[in-house]
Amino acid sequence: MTSLVMIVVTAALINNVVLSQFLGLCSFLGVSRQIKTSASLGAAVIFVITIAAGVANLLYDFVLDPLGLSYLQTIVFILVIAALVQVVEMFLKKTMPALHAALGIYLPLITTNCAVLGVVLTNVTAEYNFIQSVLAGFGTAVGYTIAIVILAGIRERVEDNENIPAPFRGAPIVLLSAALMAIAFMGFSGLA
Amino acid sequence: MNKYLERIRNGVATENPIFILMLGMCPTLAVTTSAINGLGMGVSTMAVLILSNLVISLLRKLIPGQVRLPAYIVIVASLVTVVQLLIQAYVPFLYSALGIYIPLIVVNCIILGRAEAYAAKNPPALSAFDGIGMGLGFTLALTLIGLVRELLGAGTAFGFQVMPSFYKPISIIIQAPGAFLVLAFIVAVMNGAKIATKANDKVKGCDGCCAKCSQTCADRKEDVA
Repeated sequence: MTSLVMIVVTAALINNVVLSQFLGLCSFLGVSRQIKTSASLGAAVIFVITIAAGVANLLYDFVLDPLGLSYLQTIVFILVIAALVQVVEMFLKKTMPALHAALGIYLPLITTNCAVLGVVLTNVTAEYNFIQSVLAGFGTAVGYTIAIVILAGIRERVEDNENIPAPFRGAPIVLLSAALMAIAFMGFSGLA
Repeated sequence: MNKYLERIRNGVATENPIFILMLGMCPTLAVTTSAINGLGMGVSTMAVLILSNLVISLLRKLIPGQVRLPAYIVIVASLVTVVQLLIQAYVPFLYSALGIYIPLIVVNCIILGRAEAYAAKNPPALSAFDGIGMGLGFTLALTLIGLVRELLGAGTAFGFQVMPSFYKPISIIIQAPGAFLVLAFIVAVMNGAKIATKANDKVKGCDGCCAKCSQTCADRKEDVA
């Protein structure tokens, strides 16, 4: 039990997907202007990554590995993720229109988010079973959400600050904020 | 011949994928802990980029418009798998250093971006040269960032001790936060020198990756929301 909790904590905080693995940087830097939108994106990411981690694990354990096709993993996983995002979007639209209205606009964007493929490949390398994979996926996505919401919170405060030297306005100050967050998150390594 | 050379200059300087277009940031930050890792990642990506540009350009009249993105992804993923197996077989130290970032070349925006923006519309030879140019620009940028981080963070260059012995390495530079710091200063210097990059567009509105890769653009959505 503790090891399962540890998988979630490790994925969410210690090996934070954005701040120490550098996955999903595009949306981390691109969609972090407001806390509200970042939180919605985070929710969509949690949804997709958790499902993708489970599906990819079943596919690997019951199809690719027994057939000796594990060298096809990159191709299979990227197609599965792309298809999965489509299916999730259609499913949400039909069954939960309210949730779809909130998350729908972010779903297509997640296909190109390297965090999804990153989690799936990491799970295979770590030889996680189904439950461990799903938990690792969930933890990673929660870590992504924590990071992007905090960054959005910082950006809402510093973005239009007149005291920032001109060359540092825009992207550099966002990157510096992310650097400070990364330093703070290094503190979590003590948990391991 | 000129237009071939022009492609290479375009990739290395005019539209340098890292410094000007700001594409493919994930591997840029993740693997540049040393010059040799940056170089290895750059060369691997370049190999995939040249081949994918070539193949996609050859098939550009056969691939129907509606399914072109899935088709490109399958082509790129196959090439990445080939490169990954080659690295695993012949350069094992690089394979363990780069790890998961080798298969992640698939989702590198530069590759799909060039397929969509260039290879899909141009003849094979020119597309291959576009791949060489963009690949060289990417490799140079990654090696440079890796060199700076290695020099400041470990006092070495390509593994050789270059800094004098009294220099105390700033180890944070080769750890995760250092990647953000170094990139922040590079973009700030370019802002100060008034070199137009996509970095600020990205932050203002458009998500750098998705804008080039596919039809989805994060920020149009952020504005709507």
